[in-house]
Amino acid sequence: MTPHAATSSLPPYFPVVMLFLAATGFALFNVILSWLLGRPRPNAAKSSVYECGVPSVAKLSERFPIKFYLVAMLFILFDVDAAFLYPWALVFKELGLFGFVEMMIFMGLLGAGFAYAWKSGAFEW
Amino acid sequence: METLLTPALKEIAIDAVIGVIKLAVIFNVLLLVFSLMTYIERRILGFMQFRRGPNRTGPWGILQPAADGIKLFFKEELMPEGANKFLFFAAPVVAIITAYVSLAVVPYGGPLVLPFYGPVSLFGRPINIQIADLDVGILFIFAITALGVYSIVFAGYASNNKYALIGGLRSSAQMFSYELALGMSWVSVIMAAGSFRLNDIVAAAERMNPWMWLLIQFPAFVIYMIAACAEVNRTPFDLPEGETELVAGFHVEYSSMKFALMQMAEYINMMTVCALASNMFLGGWLSPLPGVIPNSPLWFFAKMGLLLFVFIWLRATVPRFRYDQLMNFGWKRLIPAAAIWVVLFSGLTAVFGEKKTPPSTVAIIAPAAGQVSR
Repeated sequence: MTPHAATSSLPPYFPVVMLFLAATGFALFNVILSWLLGRPRPNAAKSSVYECGVPSVAKLSERFPIKFYLVAMLFILFDVDAAFLYPWALVFKELGLFGFVEMMIFMGLLGAGFAYAWKSGAFEW
Repeated sequence: METLLTPALKEIAIDAVIGVIKLAVIFNVLLLVFSLMTYIERRILGFMQFRRGPNRTGPWGILQPAADGIKLFFKEELMPEGANKFLFFAAPVVAIITAYVSLAVVPYGGPLVLPFYGPVSLFGRPINIQIADLDVGILFIFAITALGVYSIVFAGYASNNKYALIGGLRSSAQMFSYELALGMSWVSVIMAAGSFRLNDIVAAAERMNPWMWLLIQFPAFVIYMIAACAEVNRTPFDLPEGETELVAGFHVEYSSMKFALMQMAEYINMMTVCALASNMFLGGWLSPLPGVIPNSPLWFFAKMGLLLFVFIWLRATVPRFRYDQLMNFGWKRLIPAAAIWVVLFSGLTAVFGEKKTPPSTVAIIAPAAGQVSR
């Protein structure tokens, strides 16, 4: 497709798998080596949770502000829609004006949802 | 031996050897660049703040990264009580894996051409400085970098520390928010190049002229750089780490080499976003004066280095955002801006751009199917 396209007899994802293995090996090697060289000698003070030198008072809360859940939900909504933009952008030149109008309808609906979320205060932190 | 090797097997063997060599070289060069980056960053920050920075170990302090590395290896491993042991170990490993694997499809300067030497070949094949030339290039990077959030969430959750938990939560919310703008800023590039492959994108820039390419993609470039800065938790957006409020955010409890791996992943991610920007917007290995100066991988590294310098510069210059400002800016300014740019760019392309084939169903589906299956 390009002047530089290198042909290879190996499956295209083969180097990715090799890189994955190399990175995993590298990370494990480092973690294990540093564990061997600097052996943990824990005591009560050392393994206490760090809170700037003050003894930890309360247990870790499992309850978070609702805002974080809202952001996660909005992200899923709009990210899935953004994913539709990629294949459309890929074949855009073949689609021409027809593809543009089609996508504008979709983006309009998406924009209406975005405006509603904005109006109802979902983006107020 | 000779008789055992059929031509097909020989091809595979040569490709495998080339693949291993490329992988080893790129892996180690990145490691070297990472360690140099830590030194250069501290040095530049020092100069920008009227101090010297590290200058005691070796000439100009250049051996500082090695000293740091040795020190970190011998540091004691600490694990807070009540920590989730498996996730605590998994977080740095996941961080490194995602950081490295996302680099697989980035071309580091296209075909290897040395100045005063010409194209370099190995076993009679031209060398393309890229680990895997996937058709889904950009999508692959998008997918893998999104997985990088897991390491931060794991680290924040497993540490059993309040600062770490807040840092991890903040970071995941921030990365989600800016990922939308980041993803949308790529659309106009994909549209103009008509491909997900980064090599094709650079080739499209070459056909158009790199300067013209940068000019028409400039709004996307600005959106991309802002969002990328937030994605890699660099300074104006470094709330997950914010030293003054969260000590070190999600990696407070990490020590020794696990801490170093977290840092390394962060720097490698920074290099990835800079390498991507240099390929997508700045024309990668194309020379800034087409036809006058030859194309070379050196141009790619110069562009990438310039963008890395901008990140360091920002760190020395810009104060940190407040969290509500960050979220407001992301959702109310950056995402609408990215969406408007997509609409504007696609509209202009539809009206003024080149038409490729008449819009019949076959013509639409066939190339798209070809893109996926190849």
